[in-house]
Amino acid sequence: MKARVHVTLKTGVLDPQGKAVQHALHALGFGSVGEVRQGKFIELETGESDPAKARTAVEEMCKKLLANPVIENYSIQIETREAEE
Amino acid sequence: MKAAVIVFPGSNRDRDMLMALERAAGKPALAVWHGETDFEPVDLIVVPGGFSYGDYLRAGAMAVHSPIMREVAKRAGAGVPVLGVCNGFQILTEAGLLPGALLRNACLKFVCRDIHMKVETAQSLFTAGYESGQVVRVPVAHHDGNYFADDETLDRLEGEGRVAFRYCTQEGDFDEAANPNGSIRHIAGIYNETKTVLGLMPHPENATDPQLGGTDGAALFDGLVAALH
Repeated sequence: MKARVHVTLKTGVLDPQGKAVQHALHALGFGSVGEVRQGKFIELETGESDPAKARTAVEEMCKKLLANPVIENYSIQIETREAEE
Repeated sequence: MKAAVIVFPGSNRDRDMLMALERAAGKPALAVWHGETDFEPVDLIVVPGGFSYGDYLRAGAMAVHSPIMREVAKRAGAGVPVLGVCNGFQILTEAGLLPGALLRNACLKFVCRDIHMKVETAQSLFTAGYESGQVVRVPVAHHDGNYFADDETLDRLEGEGRVAFRYCTQEGDFDEAANPNGSIRHIAGIYNETKTVLGLMPHPENATDPQLGGTDGAALFDGLVAALH
């Protein structure tokens, strides 16, 4: 089953890319746009069929590689086959 | 002094580092490929600059999982001095051998120019060739050199004298304009708890030959050779 991982910068960590996107949106006329934070989206096939197992494995992947806990948070969505169809 | 330089796919300052080490030590340093799991005993391990694994995911994130890094971490733990420059600094923070992280430059641009930095203290293996408070000129070349750590970590680093270098003006002032990447508290380099591991973004190895624009980096290598024989 598939997992979807969002990796975002922690609150308080400077995000110059997000700020540049915000400025660009303002320049395009989207003046009401507030703070923009940029992150990463990772989709992966876990090779597991049990959602609990898949989640545990992806948690480990996040801790070991996909996110840097010093600066980033992560959230995980496990997508079951039924939900896909 | 016998030194080893770890070479990853995408390292590009490894040869500059080998030359700087050979110039200081009077004998060649060892180049160790990342896929190795062991190498002969050395007095110093260097993780050089470059773009290991194309900076995929995060700068340094992939290199940490190279086979050789287990051995580097083991030796660092046993007290063997380790120097990480630029991508090497990023790798050492990703490996947890140094605290904090290197974020995208605040200006969002790749910065490639000479900078000035202040040597916080001469009381380390790496800075014995300098005076405390000395201002030196060395180049930087990076996109992700914006040092970040939480306030608690920063206070601990400063309290324990573990800030190695800070970006400053030629006169030694900590102006915002002298900070090339937005690093918090102007930090350009830090030590681990035992001051046997140093990571810094600037390239001292590229300031060891007058024909290449400066020699302020040479004292770092000469100091290491004097300390490690």
